[in-house]
Amino acid sequence: MQKVFQKSALLTDTPFHYCPGCTHGISHRITAEALEELGGKQGIIGVAPVGCAVFAYNYFNCDIQQAAHGRAPAVASGIKRVCPDKIVFAYQGDGDLASIGMAETVHAAARGENITIIFINNAIYGMTGGQMAPTTLIGQKSTTSQGGRTAALQGNPIRICEMLATLDGASYIARVSLHDLKSVVAAKKAVKKAFDYQVAGKGFSLVEILSTCPTNWGMTPENSMEYVKNEMTKVYPLGVFKEV
Amino acid sequence: MSERILMKGNEAVAEAAVRGGCRYFFGYPITPQNEIPEYMSKRLPEVGGAFIQAESEVSAINMVYGAAGAGGRAMTSSSSPGISLKQEGISYIAGAELPCVIVNMVRSGPGLGGILPSQGDYFQSVKGGGHGDYRMLVYGPASIQEAVDITYKAFEKAEKYRIPVMILGDGVLGQMMEPVVLPEMTDIASIPVKEWATDGTKSGKDRRIINSLYIEADVLEGMNNKFAALYERMKAETACETYLADDAEIILTAFGITARIAKSAVDILRESGVKAGLIRPITLYPFPSDIYAQYAAKKTVKQFITLELNLGQMVEDVRLAVNGAKPVDFYGRSGGNIMSPEETVQQVLKKIK
Amino acid sequence: MTEKIIIAGFGGQGVLSLGQFLAYAAMYENQEATWLPSYGPEMRGGTANCSLVISDKPVASPIIETPDCLIALNKPSLDKFINNVRPGGTVIINSSIIHDKIERTDVKAVYLEANEIAAKAGSVKTANVVVLGAYIALSGLFPKESVKGTIAKIFKKKPDVIPMNLNAFELGYTAV
Repeated sequence: MQKVFQKSALLTDTPFHYCPGCTHGISHRITAEALEELGGKQGIIGVAPVGCAVFAYNYFNCDIQQAAHGRAPAVASGIKRVCPDKIVFAYQGDGDLASIGMAETVHAAARGENITIIFINNAIYGMTGGQMAPTTLIGQKSTTSQGGRTAALQGNPIRICEMLATLDGASYIARVSLHDLKSVVAAKKAVKKAFDYQVAGKGFSLVEILSTCPTNWGMTPENSMEYVKNEMTKVYPLGVFKEV
Repeated sequence: MSERILMKGNEAVAEAAVRGGCRYFFGYPITPQNEIPEYMSKRLPEVGGAFIQAESEVSAINMVYGAAGAGGRAMTSSSSPGISLKQEGISYIAGAELPCVIVNMVRSGPGLGGILPSQGDYFQSVKGGGHGDYRMLVYGPASIQEAVDITYKAFEKAEKYRIPVMILGDGVLGQMMEPVVLPEMTDIASIPVKEWATDGTKSGKDRRIINSLYIEADVLEGMNNKFAALYERMKAETACETYLADDAEIILTAFGITARIAKSAVDILRESGVKAGLIRPITLYPFPSDIYAQYAAKKTVKQFITLELNLGQMVEDVRLAVNGAKPVDFYGRSGGNIMSPEETVQQVLKKIK
Repeated sequence: MTEKIIIAGFGGQGVLSLGQFLAYAAMYENQEATWLPSYGPEMRGGTANCSLVISDKPVASPIIETPDCLIALNKPSLDKFINNVRPGGTVIINSSIIHDKIERTDVKAVYLEANEIAAKAGSVKTANVVVLGAYIALSGLFPKESVKGTIAKIFKKKPDVIPMNLNAFELGYTAV
């Protein structure tokens, strides 16, 4: 029988704990595949966040440090100083990266840290049970914005890519989605490019992946994909925001 | 013997760290410790190391986490409010079993407090500080030479036990100048390879994980018990100085800069016929409880008087160690004020029972 | 022997470096020394002071309550510390700036026109070295030539200012 698909060697055999329809699994896979395509000569050190991806150290088949909530860019910066020739990446959610860890994110980008961040934006706090995230859309319901987020009451969603693209230290900043096959292929390319930029020593790279959370959104996996495609991309347009 | 040079405490500690193998420093400005990051920013690139002025103390301690986890000898320094901000990271470092060195040149508090010296962070340093059940190896040096010698060896100790080591100084120790003899430069190649470090050289089944998350209660309890056993072993590091204590009736006790004032007070008291002595803990954790218990059991000893630049923190550990055998009194100054030897003598004479 | 000295004046008068000169001199004479500056907002244009303890045994307390010698380079500093000086102690007063006489009679008062003497040496900036000379002459703490050697070592990176500073030291030394 011909083998047509194979799990990346950079993923362990541990089954993902993610909910049905959650796109973390796809994000893990494309990240692992992109890392694998680098040739595996450099050595890789990952940083896991606090949030749904906290167990990322069980899934990525490389050295990993688990970081305090929001501090992954700082941890990655420390690692990169000790291991400047290794590929260093952080995998973070929106609460981790855009709320509690905003300072670490912005300053790692401003310093031009030669690291790559995979930023999962699913517009909600998943692990803790569906609270409002800094990226929650206006009108979107969460357990801490039960009538739907309003600008007057809870403020406005934050567009990370647009913001980081203004910084001189950022080398590659892109937003991608996973809502259909075509977008998954594009997402993988973007992630690969981000790692290529790191290998080339160009400085800070970040790929924001628009993601689903069917469990906390209260939607079917299929409807979640539609929500990403129809609603999230309106607030978070896909594209490359910085490329040097 | 090497040449004596005159150095400011902060700079001497920084140079001692470099000579002890420190190659990665992550800091943030706060008075009265600024000379440490300033010195490191210039010095570390000279020896092939790296310095980052982080965006916050929170970030700085997490950079230490990353660098230590990757196997580097990493360090940060700050002063009280900044050390409060680092507590979460210190707890993670303890939980993830990472070695590092943290210097706290204590200033007065609470809140923004003042920039003048204090010992108000004793509890924070020896009783945990951050969340969860952990300890650090905590030193309270009383002179710049002692701070140099302790800092030089601190990375070795941190790596031996895989724990954060804290050097608890104060504004005086940081700002003061004294002649010091600096130790030889450690040969980096002689530092044992860390078999646990996430340095990107391993993958697959040999890959390494730095983590403090243990979801299963039994597994986490196992870790906590492992830490408890480690802290028990760490008692071997206990260090303490006694001064004229053998025949003393009144035992003054103090750490750090206050111990030097106490030593002057002991001399003045002895001249006036009072048999005074001094116990000075050099390690604040582990606390030299046994020494206190030994002196408390002596017939000649009538009373202990603890001196601190706070409202009474170490005195609680002294009382636990003395365990009711003899009275334990306290005199402290705070807010950045420091008792003089003469003032200390007056207070001691008032408190003698 | 333990000598406790407080040196105080305006920021910019070389108060802290005068203390450091003495600490270096002590170290090169194989003595122990602690130099402790006032730090923080005080260094921004206000008054500055430093406490210096020199001893032939390890210095216990670097904090000084009753100095053996007060070196006051301006009036606010004199007022702040004059009552702390040990009876029988010495007060060196920069009479270029301080025109009052002290009231205490149980201390030895030495009035020194440091600025004028420094100007004669080549620059008013050397006033602190003039005072150093005077202090060494009064205290006899270290041999004159040893302190001159210290000055040369301290300024070794700026050799062109060494003669002026040695001159200032000499003028201060002989002025008292």
